[in-house]
Amino acid sequence: MVGAACALYAARAGLDVRVVDRGPVAGGTTGAGEGNLLVSDKEPGPELELALLSARLWAELAEEPGTAMEYEPKGGLVVASTPGALAALRDFTAGQRTAGVTAVPVGADRLRELEPHLAPGMAGGVHYPQDAQVMPALAAARLLRASGARTHLGHTVTGVLRTADGTVYGVRTDRGDIHAPAVVNAAGTWGGELAALAGVRLPVLPRRGFVLVTEPLPRMIRHKVYAADYVADVASDSAALRTSPVVEGTAAGPVLIGATRERVGFDRSLSLPAVRALAAGAIALFPFLERIRALRTYAGFRPYLPDHLPAIGPDPRAPGLFHACGHEGAGIGLAPGTGRLIAQALTGGAPELDPVPFRPERFDTDGGDAR
Amino acid sequence: MAERPRLAVVGAGPAGLAAALTAAARGVQVVLVDAADQAGGQFYRQPAAALGARRPRALHHQWRTWERLRAGLERHREAGRITALTDHHVWCVARDPASGAFGVHALRGPAQDEGTVVRADAVLLATGGYERVLPFPGWTLPGVVTAGGAQAMLKGGLVLPGRTAVVAGTGPLLLPVATGLAAAGARVAALVESAGPAALLRRAPALAAQPGKLAEGAGYAARLLRHGVRVLPRSAVVAAHGTGRLDAVTVAALDRDGTLRPGGTRRIRCDTLAVGHGMLPHTDLAETLGCTLSGTSVRVDAEQRTDVPGVWAAGEATGVGGAALALAEGHIAGGSAAARLHGTATDPRRWAAAARARTRLREFATALDAVYAPPAGWADRVPDDTVVCRCEEVTAGEVRGAVELLGAGDLRTVKLLSRAGMGWCQGRMCAPAVAGLTGCPLTAGRRPLARPVPLGVLAGLPDTNAGLPDTDPGLPDTDPGLPVTDTGRAMADAGHPVTDTGLPSADAGPPETGVDRPDTDGDRLGPDTKRPGADPVPPETD
Amino acid sequence: MNPLELTRARPGPARTVTFDGRPLEALPGQTVAAALWAAGVTSWRSTRDTGRPRGVFCGIGVCFDCLVTVNDRPNQRACLVPVHPGDVIRSQRGTGRDDG
Repeated sequence: MVGAACALYAARAGLDVRVVDRGPVAGGTTGAGEGNLLVSDKEPGPELELALLSARLWAELAEEPGTAMEYEPKGGLVVASTPGALAALRDFTAGQRTAGVTAVPVGADRLRELEPHLAPGMAGGVHYPQDAQVMPALAAARLLRASGARTHLGHTVTGVLRTADGTVYGVRTDRGDIHAPAVVNAAGTWGGELAALAGVRLPVLPRRGFVLVTEPLPRMIRHKVYAADYVADVASDSAALRTSPVVEGTAAGPVLIGATRERVGFDRSLSLPAVRALAAGAIALFPFLERIRALRTYAGFRPYLPDHLPAIGPDPRAPGLFHACGHEGAGIGLAPGTGRLIAQALTGGAPELDPVPFRPERFDTDGGDAR
Repeated sequence: MAERPRLAVVGAGPAGLAAALTAAARGVQVVLVDAADQAGGQFYRQPAAALGARRPRALHHQWRTWERLRAGLERHREAGRITALTDHHVWCVARDPASGAFGVHALRGPAQDEGTVVRADAVLLATGGYERVLPFPGWTLPGVVTAGGAQAMLKGGLVLPGRTAVVAGTGPLLLPVATGLAAAGARVAALVESAGPAALLRRAPALAAQPGKLAEGAGYAARLLRHGVRVLPRSAVVAAHGTGRLDAVTVAALDRDGTLRPGGTRRIRCDTLAVGHGMLPHTDLAETLGCTLSGTSVRVDAEQRTDVPGVWAAGEATGVGGAALALAEGHIAGGSAAARLHGTATDPRRWAAAARARTRLREFATALDAVYAPPAGWADRVPDDTVVCRCEEVTAGEVRGAVELLGAGDLRTVKLLSRAGMGWCQGRMCAPAVAGLTGCPLTAGRRPLARPVPLGVLAGLPDTNAGLPDTDPGLPDTDPGLPVTDTGRAMADAGHPVTDTGLPSADAGPPETGVDRPDTDGDRLGPDTKRPGADPVPPETD
Repeated sequence: MNPLELTRARPGPARTVTFDGRPLEALPGQTVAAALWAAGVTSWRSTRDTGRPRGVFCGIGVCFDCLVTVNDRPNQRACLVPVHPGDVIRSQRGTGRDDG
């Protein structure tokens, strides 16, 4: 997804773009994503700024012809089950509002106007109208096609070409070399491996998530609904299983329930505790789901960096190499903003956001790994 | 008394029954888990007991083999060596990496809304197969059913879908379906088989090595003749017609290379089309356990072991080859599992006859596969507006577009970009068609939930890796036959469909599959060949 | 000849169920799909997108084309669920949850 967005904005900046992927389009984490375009789960800071920029860009992209990707500005609803959780949530939103997030408090009595099937007895919640959704694989495929970039799908990058002085001038693939003055690493969870091919370190690690998909239903869940503790899970550094599911209906019918967060490497095998926790969390929010059947579950691997911020921009350690990876669970949502920043970096344009927090080399200079 | 090792056999068709009988006879406590209300699988699907059929064999072949299996099952159940759990729909088998124990997760009852888990020391997957049907315009019309579906409804419910049927597609299943429908009173207007006589001839040596099978074919031919069924070889149904339900099909003659012969179409009036293009294995449970697959089948070694410790597989799941092959494989698997569970060396001599039969029948199945391949060019003939994914109503044009316009390169990405395979059946029906239309290789799908599971059942799972309860409820002192724990919603009834509490008797006699006999008796594995062309419905002797 | 005669079936007394409000005689042991077929009904579901009729396809619980509402529980597989006396069987539209 991030690669497709980079290709789109780079091409629109006038560059000749080639996209290389060892698999098909959306074959990595994108294909396992839910398509959350969330501002609601982010605390004030650089990621939230990127999310707000991206939210505006997503709305623009969805207006363009030929980009049917099930974009739905459905809004998010964060609910708190206890007065204590509600108070914490209200504190959190105060900071978000100053950063430009629209966050509308919803009293306990009004929650079921927004979500008629929500469990009774919730203390209250917050409505985030800027939250939205796309179908991620479709979005990636559509943006890639809209970019006009030439694609090399099924080609594996086996090396990054560098001159004697270290400047990057292209990639080597299993089907030949591709020369280019700039190479963008949008390899997601595998971004660390690609960086290593260029001789630089980028500590991207997988954080597994399971998603449950139900039988098709009429629209019974209108927003992206999640419990207030979700935000704490996203920010958590724990390797253990964490679940506070985001529950949402989709245009196609099924309800998506996602997602767990575990650091277990690239282990795709089914985790019954994970699906158990997802199902239990979803039923706690929407009791009617108890009798609804799950048709499938699948795992994906979020690319996370130790400080939970992506790496975006040029890598001074390897001139000509740019990174656009490590978005953890927000890569779909943050993709257009990332693509825009990369295009601006590639063409020497003024960056729309302060790029410093996203510097790819920050883990060398700041000792960020140790955190 | 030491507890006997416990083997869960998933599937009570020929493979699962043969495996269960063999393992039980060798001192293993077997839990036989099956979705149907009676054992038999698809091949020996029985009419519901309440229908009071006194001569179900009239719809069956190789009935004597079934009688032996059924008698063996009864005896072992009475002796407490086999616990048969019917109406148990297994949705996942999980392995606890620490203990190596397995949890077989099932949904109980036809409504499949109550969870239960069966604990076992080893698992034998005899999950069978399902039918492959390739799309053509009109194939979603009511009245168009799979060939196996027509047979299942006939065998199990004693009903016919209509008055006038066409049986079409390719494969050895079409013959018994056509003769079965005709015997049960349907007018079978035509049997349309895309393979031609020449294809059979090319494989003559491999087929001739199975005289029993050829005789079986000859028997079918005689029955077709007797029922006046017109056989149209090297032909295919290219369209089904009707509004609201089927009223006719268009049949086209094929050239030797599989292309349509110009002007060679005819319209046949019918209210039923029973259509099939071969079988595919059920591999979901094996895939989720981590078993290596080979193509669309579970890979097994000479003992029918998968590459996951403690997991065996037999029957169609390891490659489609029919009931006789399934019996041989099940017998070998059950013997191997018993030996391994007892910690003794396996002795392949104990199943030498079955192994020889397995070799022959696999060669035969390979030859049949080549004969009954879908006709060349079938995918190109599917118009863009034909629905391919029946659940999500995705058309052939949308599937093609996912590859040609959007960059999909495998079945998973085609699914993501077109929704083909995202619906209730999770791509089981459309995957072969999608593969054919896109040129993507047909691979077994990844379906960690082998069946739809109520979220309430998932939420009620024990919070352990294999989904096993922390304490084993199957204590031998109290409950030797009940290695079962409810999961999901609490249930009022305490009664499991398990009646046996007896200890194993001293009689661990030979298995009743007949496959331990010398090779000269090997035909007991196979079809009843002793009466080729004879009356398919022998008179009742009782 | 019919299948019951062929197998010399002596089913117990038929039970009455309703299909879309009209009474229907079903034999004990039959599935909902078999009972509907015996009554000459071959479709009882219309699809979500195009409203096309569907009924039994695979007959063994794999394809989910035969989904039907039984006693207000939608999306039951007619080919698996046995009939019980007094069952209220309804054809279903769309997702089976009154969205058609």
